[in-house]
Amino acid sequence: MRVGIIGVGMTAFRPTTPESSWKELMFEAASRAYADAGVDPREDVGSFITCAEDYYEGFGIFDEFVPDQLGAVLRPTCTVSGDGLQGLATAFMQIQTGLLDVAVVEAHSKASDVVTLEGVLEHGLDPVWTKPLGPHAFVVAGLEADAYVRAAKVPRKALDAVIEKNRGNAILNPIAAYGARLDAGHLKAATPRFEPLRSLDVSAPADGCVVLVVASATAARRLKARPVWVRGIGWASDSPTLETRDWVGATYARLAADRAYRMARIRRPGQEVDLAEVDDRFSYKELQHLEAIRLAKPGEAGPHVARGDFALDGRLPVNASGGSLGCGNVFEATGLHRAAEVAVQLRGEAGRRQVDGAKIGVAQSWRFVPTATGAVAVLGVGA
Amino acid sequence: MRKVGVVGAGMTLFRRRLQETPKELCYEAAKMALDQAGLTLADVDMVVSGSAPDAFEGIHMKGEYFLDGCGGYRKPYTRVFTGGGTGVFSTIAGWWHVASGLADVVLVVNEEKMSSCQPHPQSVFAHIWDPILDRPLQPNLVWIFAMEMNRYMTVYGIRKEDIARVAVKNKRNAVGHPCAQLPDPHITIEDVLNSEVMAWPVQRLDISPPSDGAAAVVIASEDAIRKRKIRDRAWISGVGWSIDSTMWTDRDLVFPEYVARAAKMAYKVAKISDPRREIDFAEPYDPFDYKELHHLEGLLLADKGQAPVLTREGVTERDGDLPVCPSGGLMGVGNPIAATLGIKVGELFWQLTGQAGERQIPHDVRTGVAQAWGDLMQYGCVVVMRA
Repeated sequence: MRVGIIGVGMTAFRPTTPESSWKELMFEAASRAYADAGVDPREDVGSFITCAEDYYEGFGIFDEFVPDQLGAVLRPTCTVSGDGLQGLATAFMQIQTGLLDVAVVEAHSKASDVVTLEGVLEHGLDPVWTKPLGPHAFVVAGLEADAYVRAAKVPRKALDAVIEKNRGNAILNPIAAYGARLDAGHLKAATPRFEPLRSLDVSAPADGCVVLVVASATAARRLKARPVWVRGIGWASDSPTLETRDWVGATYARLAADRAYRMARIRRPGQEVDLAEVDDRFSYKELQHLEAIRLAKPGEAGPHVARGDFALDGRLPVNASGGSLGCGNVFEATGLHRAAEVAVQLRGEAGRRQVDGAKIGVAQSWRFVPTATGAVAVLGVGA
Repeated sequence: MRKVGVVGAGMTLFRRRLQETPKELCYEAAKMALDQAGLTLADVDMVVSGSAPDAFEGIHMKGEYFLDGCGGYRKPYTRVFTGGGTGVFSTIAGWWHVASGLADVVLVVNEEKMSSCQPHPQSVFAHIWDPILDRPLQPNLVWIFAMEMNRYMTVYGIRKEDIARVAVKNKRNAVGHPCAQLPDPHITIEDVLNSEVMAWPVQRLDISPPSDGAAAVVIASEDAIRKRKIRDRAWISGVGWSIDSTMWTDRDLVFPEYVARAAKMAYKVAKISDPRREIDFAEPYDPFDYKELHHLEGLLLADKGQAPVLTREGVTERDGDLPVCPSGGLMGVGNPIAATLGIKVGELFWQLTGQAGERQIPHDVRTGVAQAWGDLMQYGCVVVMRA
C-alpha cells in the first residue's frame, strides 16, 4: 500500500517567539497542514503522533499537553520520544497495517523557553561513565568532528563552504531564522568552540513547529490530494555508549539509508536522488551524513561542497532549505522540517529556492548530541 | 491485516529499590522474553521501548541511554511514551511494526527506575501540570485521584469497603507472583480501611507502591511463528488507544470516556460485539484500587457504578466468572509505571498459554483484555489477546 504526504504546515522558525506559547505554535502549524490537506482533524484523521522529549519541554509527561491544539481530543494519539522522521515512520507503519488511513505527525521546538539547554543536554550523557567527567555535551560533537575530519581528510575550507552555502540558502527561505551572506572575513573571525569546531559550525536554537498529514493512496484519492509519496523509510541506532560507537562513519545514518533505499528500490542513490536535506546541526555533520547515506563517496563530500556541487544550482542540491545552520536548530522537529522541505520542493512550491524538476528527494535526520540515532526518508512524486 | 502474536514475555523483580542500572534491568527482561520465545537478538528485526518520565532516572532521552540494554544496538529502535499508558501502549507500537509488514519479529522492552528520584518519585509529578492553571495550586497525584475517587463514590453511592475489596483481592492474587513487591495472603478489608489516610478517601493501602523494574514481550508475525515452529503464542486480535483533553478540570471524572473509546476501537478490530460475553478475563490498570473498578466500567465489562457489585459478589476473583487482575495487578505486584507491561500484556500471554503457574485461572480462558491508563487522567489504551 502506498503512503504519501498530503498536507504540510509550518510556522516560521525564529530565535524567540515571546508572543506565542508552544501550544499556539502547534495550533498554527496544524491549522496550516489541515487546510493544505483539506482534512477535518475531528473526522478525517485516524491517528495523531507527536515527537517530543520531556526535558526539552520542561514537563514530567509531555504527552498530556498534545491533544487540544491538534484537534485530537478523544482520538488515537501518542508520543514518540524521537525525531520527527521517526514519527513519520510511525505514521507510515500505522497506515500500512490497514487500521487507519490518515495520520498526523507533529514536532516542534520552543527552545527559547529552555533556560538551561546546556544542563538538559548534559543529562543526556551516561550518568555513570560520562556525565561525572563534567563535559559540555557538545564535546561529543567536537570529538566526532575531529575523528571524521582526520579520517576523511576534510579541509577547513570545506566546513566553511557548508556554512556559507546553508546560511546563504536560508536567505531564500521565508521561514528561516539565520539566513546570512557570509564572507571569508566572517568565517575567519569565528571563535573556537569545541575543537575543531568554531562558533559558526554550530547551529543556533530556534522555535518552530512542523505538522505533516500523511495518507494512504486510497484516502489521498478520496481527499483529492496530490501526494508526495513516502517511497522508503528507515531508522536505526548505533551504540549510545561513547566508548563503543562508530566515530567516523555515522553508522546509524548508513543503516537507516540502507533500509530506506531498499524499500524505495533505489540502487544507486548518487545518480537517482535529485535533492537532499541532511542533518547539519554541526557543519561537519552534513558531509559525514552525505557519505553515510551514499550521496557522496567516502572522503569526497568535502571536495564536492568546496566545488559547489551541493549548491542550489549544483549537481545535487543539499539543504536547499538552509538546513539547521540557516533555519535554526529546532530539536525534535529537525527531521520533520526536512521531510516537509523535500515535499514542498517536489511539489514545486519552494519559491526562490526551488530546485527545478526534482522527482526524488531524501530527508535524513539525527537525534542530536549525545545520540547515535537517525532516520532517512525517500520521498517522490509521480507514478 | 497481518496476524500478529506474542511469543515470549519476561520481567524482573518489582522492588522499591533495585541495584541494577536501567540498562541492566532492560537486559534482564529482554533476555528472559527472548529465551522464552526460543529466539536470540539476531532473530529480532526491530526494537520498541517504553518508559515514563525521564525525570525518574534523571536522564535526558533515557530511551537513547538504555537502548543497548533493550537490544536496540544497530537496529531500528523507537521509544513510545504515553505516561502510565505506556505499560500497554508499547505493545500496540510493537503490533504495528509487525502488522505493517515492516518487521517479522519485534522485541518490546519497558523499563522504569523510580528509586533514583529522591526523596520520592512523587516529586516528578509536581511537573506534570499546566504551568499557569494547575501548578500554582501545588497539586500532587494522590490529591487529584482522591477527587476522582470521591466523585465516583459520591455519584454511585459506593462504600469504601467495596473499593477496599479490590486491594485485598489483588494483594492476595499477587502471592503467586514471583516478582511481587507487596503480596499479602492475610490482608483484610479492615487493614485497608484502617491504613493511614493520604488524602480522603485515599488511604495508604488503596495505592500501589512506586517500584523499579523492567518487562519485555516478543511479538512476531504468523509466518515467523510458523516458520520457527514456536508453540506458545497468544494472538493480538485488537488494539485501541485514545487521549482526552489536557483540561482535566473541564470534564466529569466519574467515567473514563477515553478508556471506553480505546476499548471500542480495540473490540471493533477484534470483532467483539458483546465484550461481557466474549471476554474471559481482564487485566485493567489498577494503580489505585478504585481504578480497577473505574476501568472495568470504561472497558464496558460492567455497567456504570456496578463494578463494585461484581467485586463484592466474587465475579472478579481468580475463580470467578470474570477474573480481574489474576496477576495481582499493580496493587500487589508493584507499579514501575511502564514496566507494568509484565503484569498486563505479560500476564495475558502467560494465562492464555497456560504458563501462569500458581496464578493460572482454574477454568479455560480463551480471550483476555489488558488496559493501561496514563497522562493527566486522560489516556486509555487497550489490547485484546486470544489463545
